[in-house]
Amino acid sequence: MIFINLIGIILIAFIIWWFWLYKPKDSKAVKVTKQDTIVVQNGIYQPSIIKIKADQSSTLTFLRKDANPCSRTLLFPDLEISMELPIDKIQTVDLPALKAGEYPFQCSMKMYSGLLIVE
Amino acid sequence: MSLLTNTKITNQQLIVDGATCASCVTKIEETLSKIEGVKLAQMNFALRTVTVTGEVSEEKLIESIKSLGYSAKSSGDTNDDVLLDEKEVAELAYHRKLMRQMWFGLGLGVPLMLYSIFGPAMTITSQTEQVFWIVIGVICAAVMYFAGKHFYIGAWRSFINHSANMDTLIALGTGTAWLYSMIVVLFPYLLPEMARHLYFEATAMIIGLINLGLALEVKARGHTSDAIKRLIGLQAKTARIIRDGNEFDIPIEDVLVDDFIRVRPGESIPVDGEVTEGKTSIDESMLTGEPLPIKKQKGDQVTAGTINKSGAIIFKATRIGKDTSLAKIIGLVKQAQNSKPPIGRLADIISAYFVPTIMIVAVVSALVWLNFGPEPSIAFAVISATTVLIIACPCALGLATPMSVMVGVGKAAEAGVLIRNGEALQGAASITTIVLDKTGTITEGKPSVTDIYTCNNKEENALLQLVASLEVASEHPLAEAIVESAKAKKLILQKMTDFEAIVGQGVYGKVDEQQLFFGNQKLMKAQKITISEEQLAKSIEFAEAAKTPMFLAVNGELSAIIAVSDPIKEDSIEAIQRLQNNGLRVIMLTGDNHATAKAVAKQVGITEFFADVLPEHKSAKVIELQAQGEIVGMTGDGINDAPALAQSNVGFAIGTGTDVAIESADITLMRGSLHGLADAISVSKATMRNIKQNLVGAFIYNIAGVPFAAGILYPAFGLLLSPVIAGAAMALSSLTVVSNANRLRFFKAQQK
Repeated sequence: MIFINLIGIILIAFIIWWFWLYKPKDSKAVKVTKQDTIVVQNGIYQPSIIKIKADQSSTLTFLRKDANPCSRTLLFPDLEISMELPIDKIQTVDLPALKAGEYPFQCSMKMYSGLLIVE
Repeated sequence: MSLLTNTKITNQQLIVDGATCASCVTKIEETLSKIEGVKLAQMNFALRTVTVTGEVSEEKLIESIKSLGYSAKSSGDTNDDVLLDEKEVAELAYHRKLMRQMWFGLGLGVPLMLYSIFGPAMTITSQTEQVFWIVIGVICAAVMYFAGKHFYIGAWRSFINHSANMDTLIALGTGTAWLYSMIVVLFPYLLPEMARHLYFEATAMIIGLINLGLALEVKARGHTSDAIKRLIGLQAKTARIIRDGNEFDIPIEDVLVDDFIRVRPGESIPVDGEVTEGKTSIDESMLTGEPLPIKKQKGDQVTAGTINKSGAIIFKATRIGKDTSLAKIIGLVKQAQNSKPPIGRLADIISAYFVPTIMIVAVVSALVWLNFGPEPSIAFAVISATTVLIIACPCALGLATPMSVMVGVGKAAEAGVLIRNGEALQGAASITTIVLDKTGTITEGKPSVTDIYTCNNKEENALLQLVASLEVASEHPLAEAIVESAKAKKLILQKMTDFEAIVGQGVYGKVDEQQLFFGNQKLMKAQKITISEEQLAKSIEFAEAAKTPMFLAVNGELSAIIAVSDPIKEDSIEAIQRLQNNGLRVIMLTGDNHATAKAVAKQVGITEFFADVLPEHKSAKVIELQAQGEIVGMTGDGINDAPALAQSNVGFAIGTGTDVAIESADITLMRGSLHGLADAISVSKATMRNIKQNLVGAFIYNIAGVPFAAGILYPAFGLLLSPVIAGAAMALSSLTVVSNANRLRFFKAQQK
């Protein structure tokens, strides 16, 4: 019984670490240009942590492959950008020149989430 | 068409028409690949699109596709209409897929559930039973694969990205139930006999029910964009243009700026433009909410999407495609529909922590059963953990706000009210004080000269001629009234020199060697010009009749008092009553003198007003009210009042017609009537109420449902929730939220 409880507690600790405490390393961020397509499918943006250069306008290219309506809306809350992603069709997002910093992006329910790093 | 000459695009997508066979695909791909600069050309046959990578102009690509005998167009050119249709087709396909998956799930789940209720206990006691249940277990795995693959893939993909969502919960819940059952089937001796219960029916039923819930949700969600569909539907498909004396119908996309377009009675205006021939009246109600048709003649602007009622006109196109007011309105509404009011952010924060929390609750619940539960505790632990995972529905929480905003903003647009974003929506619902600028808001904003009182037996027309010559240079709305009045009397304006505007007082200038001061009483005082008692009494008499008296001094002597009056809009009184009945403190703001302001306020039933306010002090008045703790909504024409609109909690620009370019306003009222303001506030309130209902419902559901699922009722009543019921409840909860949001569609904003 002690063994089972121990497994339970380890499981809880793992959930807390994996979902909350884990901080993605900066090295995971992918530099993107207009040619790189960010695929929206199965609950995630791929790649989900992207990097662009600061102080110059840039374009991101999204391709939504998931018919689930959750993935339809793409939001950059800090930039007041929201748009609809058509299914199986390239959709570009024009970003103005941004200051260095982190700008999250998400679907309307925040089930899909990604991070735009400007540097 | 900058699109056609742009050669720097690296990823281009074209829609190809006429490619009916799979071999066409290779042909198109090969031809395109041979064009200089093209690196890669890939065609999606099902979607009829071809994606080209490389440095090449779109024109060239289209040309070479056409040379093969097909037609092609840029997917960027696709108008909203087509996109919407495609979206509907895609959604329909998704709906069908979900329904198919539902039948898979329920096809296995329902018979198994009936067996579990009416048949013998679902357990393993003999070899034959074991073989039978192994087969069922494998079939169940097939159902999981064919009907629930998306849950598992989604869950796994999110997991490796350190995120968790609804898929995670469904995958874990159904996976646990299936895995436990398989262990029972394959290694029954590992478990005590009492614990050898099978839960294949739960897995299959949950997958079926959740697919059903999603399918119904997709259907219900479709209606939330009805308003935008209606707006897009206003766009005409073709236009009858006149080029070189020939008339022909062409698709709307091919209309160019400066084309002449003929519109017959009953037809809708295809693009924005200026009337060059003919007279008509145009129904703009679908855009602005303005119920009366508007007369148009040569020189007047017409707007795409409005309907030509009575006469035939020819107009010159001034704005086409994405530049038309209709396209801008659609863009604004879409943008606002996807924005979130502050109230929704709480739900966002919660849903970020929600799923892992539920997972922890499930583990804790299983541990409690294992430690303290009755035998077979392992079976109870599995069932409670599964039920907890399945009953929690982050979707309901996540959908609560966006769905209502979607419907509410659309509803407002139907009444000619454009809400810029979610913040403005929430702000409008919480306003306590509404400040109305007098001119153009309460009144028509078109003042006219009503009386000219001359002093010392001067000649009326001669004085009017002088004033008009002076006022021609002024930008004040009252100046326009004077000039108009002089023009009506066919007076010829004279040359004026040394013009000077004296802020807040009036103007100075020289006409015909005479020094003229024209303005309010302050100006006369400042210039030490005497006003006799009789003259003063006359001016007060004008003011009390809600007219604005203005004084003219010629060579230092008062020569005339000219009264100008701005008629009150027909329905202002009723609309102000409506605002007051909603418990709002209504305040009038004007640059006019106290007596005139008082008279106007009295006429429309306002008790509080600020008079003699200089334009630049308007925002200070708003600050003053805010300091009193009021949440202030400011209403003005959006041009002169920009600073006050920006300072207020919510700024309303009124009477913009179809011109929606006003940046300073949070809410744009396209209709001139103050009813639009009352409509905006009531739609906002209804939407916020709806959001709150959704949030409360979703919270209660998730917070109350979870302990039941964990088995809190078991010690007292011996009750434990079945995972199947949890699955049904999960499917229902997000459907409930979407349906409640849809209820808003029937809200009536306008009171006629």
